[in-house]
Amino acid sequence: MLLEVKDLHVSAGETPILKGVNLEVKAGEVHAIMGPNGSGKSTFAKVLAGHPAYEVTSGTISYDGEDLVELEPDERSREGVFLAFQYPVEIPGVSNSQFMRQAYNERRKAQGKEELDPLQFDDLIREKVKLVDMDPEFLNRSVNVDFSGGEKKRNEILQMAVLEPKLAILDETDSGLDIDALRVVSNGINTLAGDDNAVVMVTHYQRILDYVQPDYVHIMTDGKIVRSGDKQLAIDLEEQGYEKLAAQQGVA
Amino acid sequence: MSSNIENFLDRPYEAGFHSDVEMETFAPGLDEETIRKISAKKNEPDFLLQFRLKAYEHWKTMTEPDWVNAEYEKPNFDEIIYYSEPKKKPKKDSLDEVDPAILEVYEKLGIPLHEQKMLQNVAVDAVFDSVSVATTFKKKLKEAGVIFCSVNEAVEEYPELVERYLGSVVPYTDNFYAALNSAVFSDGSFVYVPKGVTCPMELSTYFRINTQDTGQFERTLIICEDDAYVSYLEGCTAPQFDTNQLHAAVVELVALENAEIKYSTVQNWYAGDEEGKGGIYNFVTKRGVCEGDNSKISWSQVETGSAVTWKYPSCILKGDNSVGEFYSVALTNHHQQADTGTKMVHIGKNTKSTIISKGISAGVSQNSYRGLVKMTPSAEGARNYSECDSMLIGDRCGAHTFPYIDVRNPTAQVEHEASTSRIGEEQLFYFLQRGIDEEDAISMIISGFCKDVFHELPMEFAVEAQALLGIKLEGSVG
Ligand SMILES: Nc1ncnc2c1ncn2[C@@H]1O[C@H](COP(=O)(O)OP(=O)(O)OP(=O)(O)O)[C@@H](O)[C@H]1O
Ligand SMILES: [Mg+2]
Repeated sequence: MLLEVKDLHVSAGETPILKGVNLEVKAGEVHAIMGPNGSGKSTFAKVLAGHPAYEVTSGTISYDGEDLVELEPDERSREGVFLAFQYPVEIPGVSNSQFMRQAYNERRKAQGKEELDPLQFDDLIREKVKLVDMDPEFLNRSVNVDFSGGEKKRNEILQMAVLEPKLAILDETDSGLDIDALRVVSNGINTLAGDDNAVVMVTHYQRILDYVQPDYVHIMTDGKIVRSGDKQLAIDLEEQGYEKLAAQQGVA
Repeated sequence: MSSNIENFLDRPYEAGFHSDVEMETFAPGLDEETIRKISAKKNEPDFLLQFRLKAYEHWKTMTEPDWVNAEYEKPNFDEIIYYSEPKKKPKKDSLDEVDPAILEVYEKLGIPLHEQKMLQNVAVDAVFDSVSVATTFKKKLKEAGVIFCSVNEAVEEYPELVERYLGSVVPYTDNFYAALNSAVFSDGSFVYVPKGVTCPMELSTYFRINTQDTGQFERTLIICEDDAYVSYLEGCTAPQFDTNQLHAAVVELVALENAEIKYSTVQNWYAGDEEGKGGIYNFVTKRGVCEGDNSKISWSQVETGSAVTWKYPSCILKGDNSVGEFYSVALTNHHQQADTGTKMVHIGKNTKSTIISKGISAGVSQNSYRGLVKMTPSAEGARNYSECDSMLIGDRCGAHTFPYIDVRNPTAQVEHEASTSRIGEEQLFYFLQRGIDEEDAISMIISGFCKDVFHELPMEFAVEAQALLGIKLEGSVG
């Protein structure tokens, strides 16, 4: 099992947000998590990545046999956990390629491999840029500064392609994309998804599931996964809405 | 998380060691006798003694200004030692007589003065407390026609140049600390680049205050004749004492026609401890005049030290088409207070000035930018661009901006931009999530923030600035 979440309770300050999440993800699988606004999807994603605003009050998360909660956020990253943010931040004055090279080399160091120098890294990133169909000009620009919404999402996928994580968590990476960008992003995800990796996608739309085939679809409401199923669940959801589906609790 | 940032900025002051060097010091306190004694010690010509005495008389009529955005205990001028020099005096052009303890100090600071170890292509003037102890690469410079020596030596060897230019940019009447400096200044660096000469290497002065309770009052004078160019660097450190020490310098630059002076500072005076005890009062008057047409003066500074900093490197743009620049990074932490900025006074036609100021505040420090842009009636077609950005680390510090704009010519243009940001949890988390640890993350964020200024520093200094701010410069310094 790559990721095993058991009865996870999480609070931000005094406010409980996740109220008993269970999830099992094996290598090679693609999972989609859907659910109404404010149900806790982003919180769950950020907790997996170790965001300091949230406290795990009970329950466990094991990743590749390790207690994930014990690891610092940067250690989690170097061990292969990647989060594509719903709202990527801007970093003025730090170039996109400099940022990615630092990230890439930190991972190499952790794996006891040699770091790539700027020219070697340039070769690597230029290949990856093609994969997400981005103008190489973006590599010289400050990270996310003045990027459009869709460009920011593409940039997240580019970083994922560079870092080749074991567990990729994508928080609404498909939101706000035009149809071409959606195809590009899906292509990036499919390229990554192999027998050794897993993808957990948070999404509101069934349409990305036409491009990326999920093995499981989960529905989260009020801090819990209330239903799990296959792709059909996403189609039903599109037709019936959350209220109706959530009412038939547990029927998968 | 923000407390971790503070811990990170909280590295020990590595230049804080004190060395036992045999010094000859005057008794604390200031009167006419002290001034005569300083002047006699240096065998000064009469014009200089008269300059000092007039400055002293004027200083006595002045009161310490209080408009600075900082709170500090005013120096007690009776308790300051106004002169302190090593007992073993250096012989000209030779290190043989320099106290080995002093050479060791500079070596420890990474500025070896021995010929075989000297920094490549940087000539160094080492000022220890009140006097210059060594100047390197003198011969090579002389061959190019460049004079680089201590002010004392210049007074002896080139009195007519000193008499002509000393006080010509910053008169002793200018302000309280300039008057005090004019009365008691002990040494400093002198640079003269003759017509048409591009100085073949970087020149630098390294100031070190060693004796407790000593004030350092140095004077720097740089003159660039027509079509000449020089790049000058200044570095400063002091041992850790729990009393405050006063550093009141005056720097004067003169650029004649087509001449260019680039003046860079990395200021790392002892800043006091975490509770704000001790540290240097850095009250400095720095001003350059672009006397000739098409001349240029560029100030860049990285200010990380001192308990209180109070300085405004300025440009008087007299010559037509002359250019003034000011690039500054000021970082304050703990109880440090900095009130710094620049003055650009446009007099000539089509004069241009650029101001880029980056303030970073952490701890409970206060960081102020104060700048004046003045377009006089004759400044036809003059332009200024100013950008003042502040970054806050934690929520107990302060950043302030005081821009003064005075435009008396309708064809002049002034543009001012300002911003304030905070190193946020979300920004840090983004780095962490990509596997970059917090220390590197902060370095990269700060380095990105200061990029425009680092671009302006000479390579050697960019490296030192990097070490100082704990910054990775990979790819950000061109
Ligand atoms: N740091 C925080 N402090 C307080 N409340 C928070 C915090 N983070 C999230 N919440 C609250 O927790 C709930 C879940 O938020 P979350 O962002 O996880 O929702 P979501 O399912 O991703 O919603 P959306 O579909 O709109 O993105 C919301 O009510 C939100 O306001
Ligand atoms: Mg969300």
